Amino acid sequence: MSSAPPPSNGTSGVSGRTDGGPVSPASSAPYRSVARRVFVNRAFLWACLITTNIAVVVLAVLLISIFWQGWDTLSWKFITSFASRKPADAGILAPLMGSLWVCTICGLVALPLGIGTAIYLEEFSKRSRFTRIVQTNIMNLAGVPSIVYGILGLTAFARMFGAFGTNVDDAIAVGNEEGLLYLRLPFGSSVLAGGLTLMLVILPVVIISTQEALRAVPSSLRAGALALGATPWQTVWGITLPAAIPGIMTGAILSMSRAIGESAPLLVLGGLLLVFNTPTNLMSDFAILPLQIYNWAGRPQDAFHAIAASAIIVQLGVLFLFNGIAVLIRQKLQKPLQ
Amino acid sequence: MQSESSTTTPSQHEHGNSVELRAVSVAGTPNTAHSDTAIKVRGFSSWYGSFQALKSLDLDIPSRHVTAFIGPSGCGKSTFLRWINRMNDTIPSARAEGTLELHGKDLLAKSVDVVDLRRHVGMVFQKPNPFPKSIYDNVAFGPRLHRVYSRAELDQLVERSLRQASIWNEVKDRLHASALGLSGGQQQRLCIARAIAVGPEVLLMDEPCSALDPKSTLAIEELIESLADRYTIVIVTHNMQQAARVSDETAFFFEGRLVESGATETIFTKPRNKQTEDYVTGRFG
Repeated sequence: MSSAPPPSNGTSGVSGRTDGGPVSPASSAPYRSVARRVFVNRAFLWACLITTNIAVVVLAVLLISIFWQGWDTLSWKFITSFASRKPADAGILAPLMGSLWVCTICGLVALPLGIGTAIYLEEFSKRSRFTRIVQTNIMNLAGVPSIVYGILGLTAFARMFGAFGTNVDDAIAVGNEEGLLYLRLPFGSSVLAGGLTLMLVILPVVIISTQEALRAVPSSLRAGALALGATPWQTVWGITLPAAIPGIMTGAILSMSRAIGESAPLLVLGGLLLVFNTPTNLMSDFAILPLQIYNWAGRPQDAFHAIAASAIIVQLGVLFLFNGIAVLIRQKLQKPLQ
Repeated sequence: MQSESSTTTPSQHEHGNSVELRAVSVAGTPNTAHSDTAIKVRGFSSWYGSFQALKSLDLDIPSRHVTAFIGPSGCGKSTFLRWINRMNDTIPSARAEGTLELHGKDLLAKSVDVVDLRRHVGMVFQKPNPFPKSIYDNVAFGPRLHRVYSRAELDQLVERSLRQASIWNEVKDRLHASALGLSGGQQQRLCIARAIAVGPEVLLMDEPCSALDPKSTLAIEELIESLADRYTIVIVTHNMQQAARVSDETAFFFEGRLVESGATETIFTKPRNKQTEDYVTGRFG
């Protein structure tokens, strides 16, 4: 210690030392223990590892138990048969096709609408009171329970506020009821009404995730395009959208996954269980997988529990199919960027 | 300082054919724009909201020469640059008054189509900002915005632009690889190629070398010199040596005013204004 330079004024320079000497050696502030810092670091690492693994383990348990129960009763016949009172004869053709129709309609309407809205809000609109109100509303809508959308869908799409009579049979109709081109007002409990109702549920999510993706595109890219004489639209189409596509598709995947699993709003709409045909046009009646699963799982017989598990496996398969398609689209669109 | 700079010293005329670039007195009659003046600025002021960023500038920027804007950070030189191609339009609170003309055409007029203007006035930014596309598509993006080219024409145009930007030899074998794989200096030269591909007359460069290492900086400076006989180049720089090396004319900005402007040699060796002298000799800023 004798070799240490003596403090200039005997107070070991704790405070008031404003000369140009080295900062840390002169300070008497106590050091944090290195061993302790390393320990805390390691403890946090383990905590994170455990929480991650809890999620993985729970998912694995769920999947294993579902496959354990439902794998034996899962067959091509199960997928291609209609509902039945006897569990051995029952199949999920109607709810499977119903879910596919409803979700396809939902996606076809929600994605263009949502992405378009997000592009307008992020890239074109001036920051005004109007856009602030719209923005706040979208944020709030994302938190509304889906059953509320079911009630909205029932009023707006299925019954159309009673503007065309209250009975579907009195409805205004165009086209052949058996053909693909058939439209009817009001929509009643049709796949179109179902798809549009689900659209309401996921629209705020699509808008918000697309906005996030657009915001993540560096503004220097927009400036670069504008400086070359691009119009705002050319900038969006040529630069901003391609750069934001991965994020937009991720949001689309998440919201479509939600649409497939959603059952409450369609239950309100008049979710049907005993449907003995697959949808042929937008006005067809439909059943959906989540409601069918719920129905079977709630019955006392074990045989129904087994086919409920089989239906869950099918539903998971559909989910992976949709996500797979979205991932493929994302990769295809991303290719020029790599 | 305006009145001080209004007296035209004989030394300015000694610069042969190089066009005078000088701060002109507001009170006195501005010198009639030289036939080679590309951009004429008279009594130009601009604001961000209530903050006045530029105060009554008078300046002539000569055609087909390099003009450097120097001055400490926040003095308004970049703001002024961004008015020349109206990039400030993207900032809602920005507004300007006064005269800003490109070859006699009022750039601030409501009738000016900024999309068309930016075809004539290109810009290179401080940080290289290549698009996340291939090298070829980066250069082809601008021309494609304005015209429908055949594949062969576009190939030619891309090659010519890359050659002019002295980067062709480095990228000719990987035109379809991502531009993001290039080094910072190469990216900036690509951005210059991209800017000249649309055929501008004026190139605005906003501190184009500030994010680059010395070697890349040298490459860009050489490129600027090689472009100077074809384009009117305006470069904002914090690097005094760079201004001295590459520019024919220099304008010194301070706190929103144009303190002094003239031939680069004069500004750096015999500045008339004390502030300019302090700045170029490194005593402040």
